[in-house]
Amino acid sequence: MATSTNSLIRVVDVSKEYNGGSVHALSHCNFSVKRGEVVAIIGPSGSGKSTLLRCLNLLEQPSSGTIYFKDVALNGKKVDLDLHRREMGMVFQHFNLFPHMTVKKNITLAPVKLGLKSQAEADAQAMALLERIGLADKADEYPAMLSGGQKQRIAIVRALAMAPEVMLFDEPTSALDPEMVGEVLDLMRDLAEGGMTMVVVTHEMGFAREVADRVVFMSGGTIIEEGSPADLFDYPQSERLQSFLAKVL
Amino acid sequence: MDFAAWWTNLFAGMSPASFFNLSFLPKYCVYFLQALGYTLLLAVVSVALAVLPALLLAFMRLSKNRLVRAVSGAYIALFRSTPLLVQLSIIYFGLFGAISIPRLYLFGFIDISRFIPGVVALALNSSAYVAEIFRAGILAVDAGQSEAARSLGLSSAQAMKLVVLPQAVKNVLPALGNEVVTMVKESSICSTLGMVELMFAAKTVATATYISLAPYVLAAMMYFVITYPAGKAIEALERRMRRGDKH
Repeated sequence: MATSTNSLIRVVDVSKEYNGGSVHALSHCNFSVKRGEVVAIIGPSGSGKSTLLRCLNLLEQPSSGTIYFKDVALNGKKVDLDLHRREMGMVFQHFNLFPHMTVKKNITLAPVKLGLKSQAEADAQAMALLERIGLADKADEYPAMLSGGQKQRIAIVRALAMAPEVMLFDEPTSALDPEMVGEVLDLMRDLAEGGMTMVVVTHEMGFAREVADRVVFMSGGTIIEEGSPADLFDYPQSERLQSFLAKVL
Repeated sequence: MDFAAWWTNLFAGMSPASFFNLSFLPKYCVYFLQALGYTLLLAVVSVALAVLPALLLAFMRLSKNRLVRAVSGAYIALFRSTPLLVQLSIIYFGLFGAISIPRLYLFGFIDISRFIPGVVALALNSSAYVAEIFRAGILAVDAGQSEAARSLGLSSAQAMKLVVLPQAVKNVLPALGNEVVTMVKESSICSTLGMVELMFAAKTVATATYISLAPYVLAAMMYFVITYPAGKAIEALERRMRRGDKH
């Protein structure tokens, strides 16, 4: 494609409507994510942050506009979406671990069922990932036995087991007890430092400021401002961002 | 006839002695036990046979295609909105009037030329109810489960088979158990077509011995000792599953 850039993800004029057009969740959103970049999406509740993130791997189908991933239009015709989703890890607010499987099985399910690894290879990889987050002793436990922070860290390594090119985080710490937020953010910081491309919808302003390369501020379904954390947090241009920051900081 | 005599007469057939007149038992004990076995087999086999068609109907009901949804919906509506006895008669005389099944005996007392049509009719009926059980079970699994599976790159069929369905099946096990219990009672209707299950046995013994009440009382008691404890066991299982679900 002529306009090909080093962008991993490009969102071009994406809108999302519900109920036959009566609800506008997103209107004409444009932004892009470069390889190795960490982008934080912030904004008040109901501003469309999560909807925008969920559009990136098409868990939500945009009503109009195009999502490009590695210059392929994901919502175009004849796209094998499953193939592209393998390369986009996603972490959810409510973890969404599979409760009927052990921790290890949660991590190995996709690599094995998609024929990317043998069970033995996947097991070894799962153990290495669990070692890394200090939860190797939980490998054979079921998710119900774990704390929220442990569940979320396991959900993160479950996505990492697919060796994704980008990780999407949908308010990964919003459902956690305060004392568990730190362990999850620490793991995400590790990932960012390791060069992982990340898009993070978050209410953790400290994390956005410290870890993100770029911050996107949304309100009312539109992207109002974007820029470096320093610019956005210290010199907010729009009145909406100013009033938002006044409330949350 | 004075009132006192009329009053006594009224209950003549209903004395405790007639209620529990089990003088037929030595002769017909084995017959009753075989009939109970027939009833249980009829219930368990028909629900077991209903599971796969019910699953298919449930998937069709959840399909994006309107025509597929309508076909499944029509089937379910048809079988839930007409009496079982009518369905049984139509299937028995209609479908199996055309197909002849050899008169072979299973375990020596189950005539398969009658048993098979009965089981097929009950299974077709049951699949309509079990389909709704499965549909509710699938919808009860949190949407995030399938989203997590899809975001890992699994196809929608893989997400259904590996992630959603195992959780749905676990959720619906008690309801499936209740369907078997219901079927134990409903299958009594098969007596009208000469299947030698519990109700048929009671009727036969009552006719043969001129003991008009006690055989039915015995049948009622046998139904009860099966269905009541089974229902209680299912309730206990449900309670345990609810406890296990807490995170």
